[in-house]
Amino acid sequence: MLNPAVRRSRALPFSPGITTATAGRVLLQIRRDRGSTALMLVIPCMLMVLLKLVFHGAEDSFERVGPQVFGIFPVIVMYLVASVSTLRERSTGTAERLLTLPVQRLDIVLGYSLAFAFLAVLQATLSTLLAIGPLGLDIKGPAVLLMVIAMLGALLGLALGLLASGFARNEFQAVQFLPAGVLPQFLVCGLFVPREEMHGSLAALAKVMPMTYAVQAATQAADHKGITGIFVRDALLILLCVIGVLMASAATLKR
Amino acid sequence: MTGPEPAGPPAVSVFGLHVSIGENAIVQDVSFTVPRGVIVGLLGPSGCGKTTLLRSVVGIQPSTAGHVQVLGLPAGARGLSTRIGYVTQAPSVYPDLTVLENLRYFSAALGLRGWRREDAVVRVVKEVDLAPYADKPVAWLSGGQYSRVSLAVALLGSPELLVMDEPTVGLDPMVRRELWGVFQRLAEEGTTLLVSSHVMDEADHCDRLLLMRAGRLLASAGREDVLEHTGCERVEDAFLDLVSASAAAEEADSARTAVGRVPPPMLTDESADSDRPYFSSGARC
Repeated sequence: MLNPAVRRSRALPFSPGITTATAGRVLLQIRRDRGSTALMLVIPCMLMVLLKLVFHGAEDSFERVGPQVFGIFPVIVMYLVASVSTLRERSTGTAERLLTLPVQRLDIVLGYSLAFAFLAVLQATLSTLLAIGPLGLDIKGPAVLLMVIAMLGALLGLALGLLASGFARNEFQAVQFLPAGVLPQFLVCGLFVPREEMHGSLAALAKVMPMTYAVQAATQAADHKGITGIFVRDALLILLCVIGVLMASAATLKR
Repeated sequence: MTGPEPAGPPAVSVFGLHVSIGENAIVQDVSFTVPRGVIVGLLGPSGCGKTTLLRSVVGIQPSTAGHVQVLGLPAGARGLSTRIGYVTQAPSVYPDLTVLENLRYFSAALGLRGWRREDAVVRVVKEVDLAPYADKPVAWLSGGQYSRVSLAVALLGSPELLVMDEPTVGLDPMVRRELWGVFQRLAEEGTTLLVSSHVMDEADHCDRLLLMRAGRLLASAGREDVLEHTGCERVEDAFLDLVSASAAAEEADSARTAVGRVPPPMLTDESADSDRPYFSSGARC
């Protein structure tokens, strides 16, 4: 804070070596906590199975809702893990210590993103294989698109979690931000009621919420052969949103 | 003490530092210099502003006024980040990782790679005597070992200045003596140490003292000088003596309302950059 001029003298706003070391360290920490790793990977799969059972005898509904939850569950699961682990990083003083070293804010944020992106790949692969395999989810487009949506959803959850940890004083608050920030998106994203049938203001609200686009892209992948323009646009929108939120959360890291 | 003073700018020089957080003035008009290669004890009761002052030196505390130079550069300069080690009051390491994993990560954060990294890790493990616990998760360690891990992290970059916030508080006397042994050795190797404590007895291990109370500096001088000036045998008594002298001076000052106020007196041996009166306290203890 004292000398912004000196701080900005570096060419890159992050250093690849420190970023990858951070990602490795975050993965190591997550691996140590076997319980939460298992939960993180298994919960989305378990929810998929539950969904299948709920829609027993209503295959049409499962075909409609099944792909959509690929844009929803990863957001929620990743949000929880990311917000609490980054909050810990801030509250134990390690984040501050890192910033007294030649570590830049983006090193921390990108390190976390890399680590969670890796977990997201695992999670997305597992739940996609489960859905199109044993659960018999029938989608027209390539299954890889569902994985892409799940990955983007996970990154979105990570970014929102990082941002929330900047404003939460403790773990309780971080978890409370979930019903406050993520569940409204869940309600208006088109899962329960198609967006066209919503009240105008709600539809407008849905349009500015990133989860809406995740769900819409998943529907695109399910209903069309190949990659559609809307899918690409929605995926890019989510990615932009992720980058925007990550930048905002980097700014909340105090030096 | 130390031999001839090493060349170059002082380890720390603070001039007219004020730090306010909200309405509260935490640090008021603090000026002092720390020469290189000595152990300086920043002593004062809890809540007197020690941590804030140390944070200013490290460059993570926005100041209201004044300036802080560290090793000849403005505090917080990027070039300083590898030359200062900072040990916070609560040990800031990852409790779920082992000692070695913590050290490897933090040395990567310092920009060390390959054999340099392993070298640094092995060196600090030896320095703070953590070899038997190197593969244990930090959360399993005792309080003393825990804070030694935090110290080891600060030593990774072989810093020229080591800033430590209450590193020995709450440790058993044996461990405390061991730690002071480590500090002594570091100082002999040329490292400057700035160590805070609210236990006045810790002054016995320090070459120089910064005595602080309620955001103000009462003294910045060699330990012997402080004792000699106050005529006390123990630093605790000297501290009390300075507190009462300061209070008396302030009272006298507030009586002279017409004249401009002078800053409260401070015991210092740095007459060159201080326009303050010396203490000439002859009070007996």
